[in-house]
Amino acid sequence: MIRVVLPAHLKNLANISGEVHLDIIGDVTQRRVLDAVEEHYPVLQGTMRDRRTGRRRAFVRFFACEEDLSNESPDTPLPDRVATGDEPFLVIGAMAGG
Amino acid sequence: MSRVRLLVGTRKGAFILSADAGRRDWEVSGPHFGGWEIYHVNGSPADPGRLYASQSSGWFGQLIQRSDDGGRSWQPVGADFAYDGEVGEHLWYDGTPRPWEFKRIWHLEPSRTDPDVVYAGAEDAALYRSTDGGQKWQELTALRTHESAPRWQPGAGGMCLHTIILDPVNPDRIFVAISAAGAFRTDDGGASWQPINRGLRSGQIPDEDAEVGHCVHRLAMHPSRPEVLFMQKHWDVMRTDDAGASWREISGNLPTDFGFPIAVHAHEPETVYVVPITSDSEHYVPEGKLRVYRSRVGGDEWEPLTAGLPQANCYVNVLRDAMAVDTLDECGIYFGTTGGQVYGSADSGDTWAPIVRDLPAVLSVEAQVLP
Repeated sequence: MIRVVLPAHLKNLANISGEVHLDIIGDVTQRRVLDAVEEHYPVLQGTMRDRRTGRRRAFVRFFACEEDLSNESPDTPLPDRVATGDEPFLVIGAMAGG
Repeated sequence: MSRVRLLVGTRKGAFILSADAGRRDWEVSGPHFGGWEIYHVNGSPADPGRLYASQSSGWFGQLIQRSDDGGRSWQPVGADFAYDGEVGEHLWYDGTPRPWEFKRIWHLEPSRTDPDVVYAGAEDAALYRSTDGGQKWQELTALRTHESAPRWQPGAGGMCLHTIILDPVNPDRIFVAISAAGAFRTDDGGASWQPINRGLRSGQIPDEDAEVGHCVHRLAMHPSRPEVLFMQKHWDVMRTDDAGASWREISGNLPTDFGFPIAVHAHEPETVYVVPITSDSEHYVPEGKLRVYRSRVGGDEWEPLTAGLPQANCYVNVLRDAMAVDTLDECGIYFGTTGGQVYGSADSGDTWAPIVRDLPAVLSVEAQVLP
C-alpha cells in the first residue's frame, strides 16, 4: 500500500480527509503514483502536473524520506520505504507560489 | 420582493453578499474556495441560480466551479483549456516573440438565454466556449490565430482576455477586449474576428494609432444600445456609436483618464461611471479621495460622486471587473477595491455606503437581481 499526503487545498478540492492509500502493481514511480491519484480523483488532473506535458507544476514539490524528489525523473523508482508504505509520498505546495 | 445578490471574487476566495431591494442590510457568505484566487464569479441571466466561478492559484493552476443553487453548493467542472492547433507566438514585454502559455481564466460570461452555454476569457489571450455547463471547453481559435496576433503583447496584468460582451440582439455578434491587443468583434459567432480599434491612440506603442497593441482595460454596453460601447483604456475614456468602427475620446473634465472599470446605468444608456486612478504607475485614486465619476450625457462632462466614500488618505485601486450595476427600478451600483472594501449605492451613485470593509483584495463584482 502506497501512502500519499496531499496539501490541504487539494484535499479540500477532492473531498479527502487524511492520507490517500493506493495499491500499485509493479515499480512504484512518481508517475505511477500521480497517475493513480488522478485516476481516483479526476478533479486533481492539472493541479500537480501539466495536463499535456506531464511536467510538475512549478510551485508543487514532491518529498519523501526527508529527500526532495521534485526533480527526479518521473520514472525513477521511489524509495523502498515509500513502496512498502512505511513512509508517505508528500505532495507539497512550495513556500512561494500563492 | 426582489433581492440583490453580489458575487465577489477576491485574491483569497469568493464572497456572496445579499440583501433585499432596500439594499441596506447585507448578509455575507464566504469565503468560498478560501485561499484561492477567484478572478470572477458570474451568474446566468437565464437562470440566476446557475453560477460559474474561476478558481486558480499559483500552486495548483486553474479550476472552474459551478453552482446550481445560487452559491450554496458548488461542484468542480471541466478546466481543460487547451490551445487548439498550433500555439503560435505573441510579443513579450521586451518586444521578442514568445509562445502562448495558459495562465488562468479572467472572465466568465454566461449566455443570455442558455444556462449551459458560457464563454471564458483566458490569459494568455484566448476565448473558450462551453455548451454543457462547463464540463468541456472548446477554443474559438479564429481570435488567437488572427493575423494580428503575433503583434499582441501583455499588459502589466498579463496578456488577458478580460471582457466578453454578448450582443443582446444579434446572437452571432460578440465583443471582446484583450490587454494589450485591443478590442475585437465577431459577426459570425466566432468564425472570424476584426480588430475594432480605430480612433484609439496609445503613446506606449511605436505607432500610436496602430490596428492592435492598445491596452484596453474594459468595455461596457447598455443592452438597449448594442451599437454603443464605452471603453476605459489604459489612458483615455472612449465611446463608439457604430459597434467599434470608430472611437472618440470622452474623457472631458475627468481629473485623470487612467482607470480600469467602466459601467453603464441599468436604465439610462447615456449614464456612465468610471473610477479615475492617478496614473499607470500610481495605481490608486488621486489626492487620497475615492471618487466615482458619473456622466449623464454619455461622456465628456463628468461629476464626482463622493457622498459616503472616503475623501482623505485613501489609496486603493478598483480593478477592471470590480464594478457592476443592478437592474432594480432605482439602479444600484457597486464596486470593490484592492483594499477589500465593497461599496454600494442604491440611488444611481448619489450616496454610497460600505457593504463590507475588510475582504481580501477584490478582483471582481457582479450583481444579480433575484425575483
